Amino acid sequence: MNSLQQPRKWESFFWPLLTVAAFLALWHFAVVWTATKIFPSPLDVERGIVTLAHKNVLWLDIRDSLRRVAIGYGAAVVLGIPIGLILGWYPAINQVVNPAMQILRPISPIAWIPVAIIFFGIGDDSAVFLIFLSAFFPIVVACIDGVSNVPSMFRRAGRNFGLSPLQLLAKVVFPAALPRILIGLRISLGIAWLVVVAAEMIAVDSGLGYLIIDSRNSGKHYDLVVAAMLMIGVIGLILDLGFRRLEKMRSVRWGFRYES
Amino acid sequence: MSSSIKEGAISPSPETKLVVEHVSMIFARDGKSVPVLADIDLDVRRGEFLCIVGPSGCGKSTLLNLMGGFLPPTSGAIRIDGEIVRGPDPRRIFVFQERGVFPWLTVEGNIGFGLFKLSREERERRIAHYIQMVGLKGFEQAYPSELSGGMKQRLEVARALAVDPDVLFLDEPFGALDSITRLTMRGELLRIWETEGNTIIFVTHDIDEAVQLADRVAVMSSRPGRIQQIVDIDIPHPRDISSPRYLELRAGIYDQIGLAHRI
Repeated sequence: MNSLQQPRKWESFFWPLLTVAAFLALWHFAVVWTATKIFPSPLDVERGIVTLAHKNVLWLDIRDSLRRVAIGYGAAVVLGIPIGLILGWYPAINQVVNPAMQILRPISPIAWIPVAIIFFGIGDDSAVFLIFLSAFFPIVVACIDGVSNVPSMFRRAGRNFGLSPLQLLAKVVFPAALPRILIGLRISLGIAWLVVVAAEMIAVDSGLGYLIIDSRNSGKHYDLVVAAMLMIGVIGLILDLGFRRLEKMRSVRWGFRYES
Repeated sequence: MSSSIKEGAISPSPETKLVVEHVSMIFARDGKSVPVLADIDLDVRRGEFLCIVGPSGCGKSTLLNLMGGFLPPTSGAIRIDGEIVRGPDPRRIFVFQERGVFPWLTVEGNIGFGLFKLSREERERRIAHYIQMVGLKGFEQAYPSELSGGMKQRLEVARALAVDPDVLFLDEPFGALDSITRLTMRGELLRIWETEGNTIIFVTHDIDEAVQLADRVAVMSSRPGRIQQIVDIDIPHPRDISSPRYLELRAGIYDQIGLAHRI
């Protein structure tokens, strides 16, 4: 909170913008100097974005990608948090389930693609299923981790005030574990956003991942490929920034003090 | 086990609040059994301020946890108002070091935590009352991370008092505070005890603290812990901590624990 250590307001915008400008300049001149015919320059990409926006394709693809993430990730949150809380709360159940989960967890969602297609066919459901899988395990693990790291003092204080086990879970264990759970949710949202692109390259014919593969296949439109990549990056950043705002809420901020 | 002791076998005198009867505690650690408490007998009077002192590792915190109902004794029993303690109970609240306050709740939320069974008006009345009592007025909406160590400790005491318990168990509550705050807190605890009239059992390793606060000091030996001696502190409050009687009692406890008087 020391005002002397805080960068001045213009500085917190100026330096990041300068970095971006330097990166774009480097990219531009690299394309010019190497005289490449294949790789687009930043201006080509900008024109590509404008073209896509005019044809309305871009918005539809962004909407489809976001929709798939919303459904798959949403289902992972809705199922993963209660399951994680229960597994963290009853170590006996966790011991039974843990080995199976530890085997499933390191399998990349990409490896599930053929299985997903057997189960759900080629289409939206497969993509949503893959996103669900990618987010589900990190969320469950974050909840188990959060619950088992709740200081015993908090649990004992809760019991001392006469809370039933369910009240204890809702009023003490969950809020005490929430900072760790939020970290897990943020990481898994990032993973879900990575996976949606991969899933769309294979299972569906819309979305930003499809846009990349389609632009390449239909005449090597690398300007559109890079345009879609940039959009993926920007949207990922926005999602992450949104989550970081949640971490600033006063009832969880105590768990993030190292970030000041 | 405690089941071998018949309930109600002893009719407690109305003066006695809490009785520790032949309590022993053995922990199993790495396949070995470690005796922590050996045959503890102790009576605590209603409204009494009892301090338990002893070297670190003597089992005084374990004894307090047994009294609080957080652990069952290996043998023997603990009775409060003649009833065997079988678990934690809102009528007797355990106060930890200030780390026990809930960081996700405001000052108001913490004090109101144990009052969920009361009506809204009654809850708000009590919250306001105890905020006033522990001097946290103006900090109702503050979170614990915005409070000093002493304020957090007062908050935890207020949270405990708000449910109107008959017994308070305090486990080295001021141990993490600086020495000046600690002195102030002792004064405030005495003031609160005198108005509220709870029975207080206070574990500390600080002999001065015990002699300043307690009606009686129970001195424990090192592991396995036994009650070595119970010292009556017959000085009325406010206590003059340079009076000969104070120094004499303090010296007696130092001797009892086997500490030298010179450094």
